Order: sequence, then structure tokens, then C-alpha cells
Amino acid sequence: MRSVSIVGIGQSPVGELWDRSLRHIAYDAIAAAMQDAGIETADALFLGNMLSGALLDQEHLATLVADFCGLRGIEAAKVEAACASGAAALRVGIMAVASGLHDVVIVAGVEKMTDTVGKDTTAGLATAADAEYEAIHGVSFVGLNALLMQRYMYEFDVPMDAFAGFSINAHRNGVNNPNAMFRRAINEETYRKAPMIATPINMMDSSPVCDGAAALILVPTERARQYTTGHHRGPVQILASASANDTLAIHDRKDPLFLEAAYVSSQKAYLQAGVTPDDIDLFELHDAFTIMAAMSLEATGFARRGEGWRMARDEEIGIQGRLPISTMGGLKSRGHPVGATGVYQVLEVVQQLTGEAGANQVPGARVGMAQNIGGSGATIVTHILGV
Amino acid sequence: MAIATTWRTKRQRYSLEGEVCPTCHQAIFPPRDVCPHCSEPAGPVHTLSGRGEVYSFTTMYNVPRGFEEHRPYTVALVKLDEGPLVTAQLTDVNEQEVQIGMRVEMVTRKLREEGSEGQIIYGYKFRPLLQQSA
Repeated sequence: MRSVSIVGIGQSPVGELWDRSLRHIAYDAIAAAMQDAGIETADALFLGNMLSGALLDQEHLATLVADFCGLRGIEAAKVEAACASGAAALRVGIMAVASGLHDVVIVAGVEKMTDTVGKDTTAGLATAADAEYEAIHGVSFVGLNALLMQRYMYEFDVPMDAFAGFSINAHRNGVNNPNAMFRRAINEETYRKAPMIATPINMMDSSPVCDGAAALILVPTERARQYTTGHHRGPVQILASASANDTLAIHDRKDPLFLEAAYVSSQKAYLQAGVTPDDIDLFELHDAFTIMAAMSLEATGFARRGEGWRMARDEEIGIQGRLPISTMGGLKSRGHPVGATGVYQVLEVVQQLTGEAGANQVPGARVGMAQNIGGSGATIVTHILGV
Repeated sequence: MAIATTWRTKRQRYSLEGEVCPTCHQAIFPPRDVCPHCSEPAGPVHTLSGRGEVYSFTTMYNVPRGFEEHRPYTVALVKLDEGPLVTAQLTDVNEQEVQIGMRVEMVTRKLREEGSEGQIIYGYKFRPLLQQSA
């Protein structure tokens, strides 16, 4: 097995990109990443995407995107694992390079969620759940997370505004990310006044529906330095890549309030990288909902059971805190174009480790972790990167 | 429009037909080929009582296409007396009065209508346990 490094990154802005189609935003990200790495072609494109079939009547997506990017004759395949599609695609890319099957691989994630109206997008997102035993009862994806949050607040005796700190931190960091969807700070009053989507989840607990695309270039670490160009300090090595699953439906879990798949995939990743949670300088976690941020911190070993929400304070999760999270805005403020999110997270870890995070730079960051969650905790992929 | 799905799942949707594992004796719903508790082959048909309590709940204001008619509505995870958790809507209840731990029972209701050329899909919902049937 060969060690794998990232030598190029590219992204489109995240937002309601009504003047650009899926193929255009995918091209923007891929072309930028290829230019960053100084490559003109690649051996393969692995593309993370969740909803192109459900919302755009378009499958066969990776070949469509490769074609549009002028990448003919290469291998191209879409990888789908609901909201974890981006990180799942990255894992396929890593396996291809690590195994020696390919030497230069493009991994991208793309999602177009705003071409359809709200209730169609809501129905599309619900396809991440069990169609026959969850979605048929009218429960949306927000609703499933709301069921977890309601029970969490009951079992651990958590006050209503306990989760506000996650959203405030994400928005504060999003202000300085030129590609973030929301570049404005919020405060506790904004949180308190936010309308309910599905009780107890309000608009400020929830990440937005949006469009976006991000891309990474993977090569064997032994050849990485020949690709890194002037504005990079150097390549970023993938120290660990691990995935684990859980029951698809929340109702099939023995303990719905513990993200077993996050625990398993992060433990695998710590072992591969030879690190402990104490060694992680920043963590791009899957804050699709504030409850997911709290439960992720608990399952990955940063907080005790039922106490993840207590970390939602400046001194713990801010840029200068014990464990900076959502450093470029996270899913809440940068945005959550679902199948692209896992790639954005890793791209932002690369920015932090190469000193390119601007005003949000985590001082002295050497080891960063990204965790991408599909469904309500059913597929969880963890990556650890280092320089 | 998934007509075969509706036909195939009618015993589950109309009568909470699950299974009981012949190896570990735990109740299973919905039915599976492999027991989720002990990973042995899942067992014979076992119809659940339909009684249980609210494990968690949410009142949904933004709903998926096809469910607009009853918005807002309350969805719950119901812990059945035999053990399994079930995802279902609550009905015949004021959403302000729903609490974790509330006793509920299964009833058959319309889940959704697909429009003039589609199906009307029926299935289980849960209502507060009525005194006379307690």
C-alpha cells in the first residue's frame, strides 16, 4: 500500500447558484484543483453526489462531468453514500492510488439542490432514510434529527439554548471564508428568534439547502513534491481514511443517542494515523444540525456522553480554542451541498495545514481531522491529514 | 407510485406484523431476514400488540412533497411494549400535550395521497391510549 497525498484543491462558492448548472460548478472546482496541482489530465475521476437522479433526472453523472471537463478516456464513476458521498468518493480515490491502480486521481463532490422547489428537495433528502419504514410516515431529514435532539435534551437534561454556540461559532468563521454561503455573524438573539423547522430544531440549528462543488487531486506521497506549486508550502499527507456504518433507520439502533459509526470510524482512523484525540489540532465535523455536532464530539472522544453541547463555547471550539471546529464556517455557514460536503471539509483541512486559511488560520496546525456523516449517522467516514 | 411496495408491506402497515427471533427471542419490527440482535436467521411471524410509549417526537413545519395536507404534524419514535422502536405519526392528539413517556396505541390511518392518478396509502399511526381500551 502506498501513502497518498493531496497536491491540489479547488472549490466553487457555496450558495444558491441559479445561473450555473451542476456541470458548470463541477468544472469550476475540478479545473481549479487541476491548475493548483499543475496537471492537464488524470487517470480517474471519482465523484461524490447524492441527489442528481432524484432532483435533476440526471445519473451517469461522473462521465457527464468528466466529458464537460474535457477528460475523455479516463475512468469516471459516481460514489453515493447520502450526505457522506463526498468522503466516500475520497476513500475510493485513496484506495485507487494506495493500491497502485492509478497514479493521479481527481476526487470531487458536487450537489445542486436549489434548482428544485423546497418540498421536492426535502423529499429528495428523505431518500437517505428508509423509504418503506421512515420516509413513508412523512418524516423529513430535519425531522429525524429533531427526534434525536428531543430525546437528547430529555435524557441529558439539556436547556433549549444549549446548542446556540455551535451556530454562533460556525457563522463567526464563515464571515472570513470567501466561498461560504452565509458571511454574517449571528448572536444568541438571532438563535432564539429563529423559526422552528421541526421542534426542537430551528432555522439556526440547521444547515442550509445550497449548491456547491469541491475537488482534490491525489497522488502517491513519494511523488507529491513534483506537483506542489508556488502558493502551497507542500503536499498534505492522508494519514488515515476509515469508514463505518450503522443501521440505516434510527429506530433500529440499540442506543439512538450514540453515533456508533462515528466511534468505530474515528477509532480506526486514530489507529491508522497513530494519533489520539489530543493530537488533533482542528476538527471539521458534520454540523448539519447542532445535535450532530454535539453527538459527533462525544462519539469521537472529545467529550463525555451527554456533554458534547458543553463544548459549544468560544474557548473550546473557536479558532483559538482547545479544539477548533467548523473553522471555515462548517456545514451551517459555509453550507451543506450534501454530496460535496465531505470534499469541502477535507479541502478546508488542507487549507489549515498549509497555512492558507487566512483570518481563520489555526496557529501551528499540523494534524487535522474531517468527519462526514451520511443519513442520521448510518454511514460515517473519518479522514486524518497531516504535514 | 410504488404499487408493489404498498401491496407487499400491507401486513406490516395494517397490523404491525413483525417477527420473533427463534434464537434470542427478541421481537423484531420491521421484519428482517437476519436478526438485528444476534445475527442469526430471523424467525416466525409475530404480530405486535400496537401498544407502547413515546420515546421521542417532533412537530414538523417544513414537510416533504406529498405530505402537505396535514402540516404541521407530529412524528414520533414509539417504543413498543415488546421492545422495537417504530417511526410513525401521532394522531388524534393536541401536539402541545405530547410528552416523552406518553402511552399510545396503534390505529390505521391514511398516510398520504398521491393525487388523481396515484394511490391512497394507508398505514399505522399512534394515538394516546384510550381509557376504554386500556
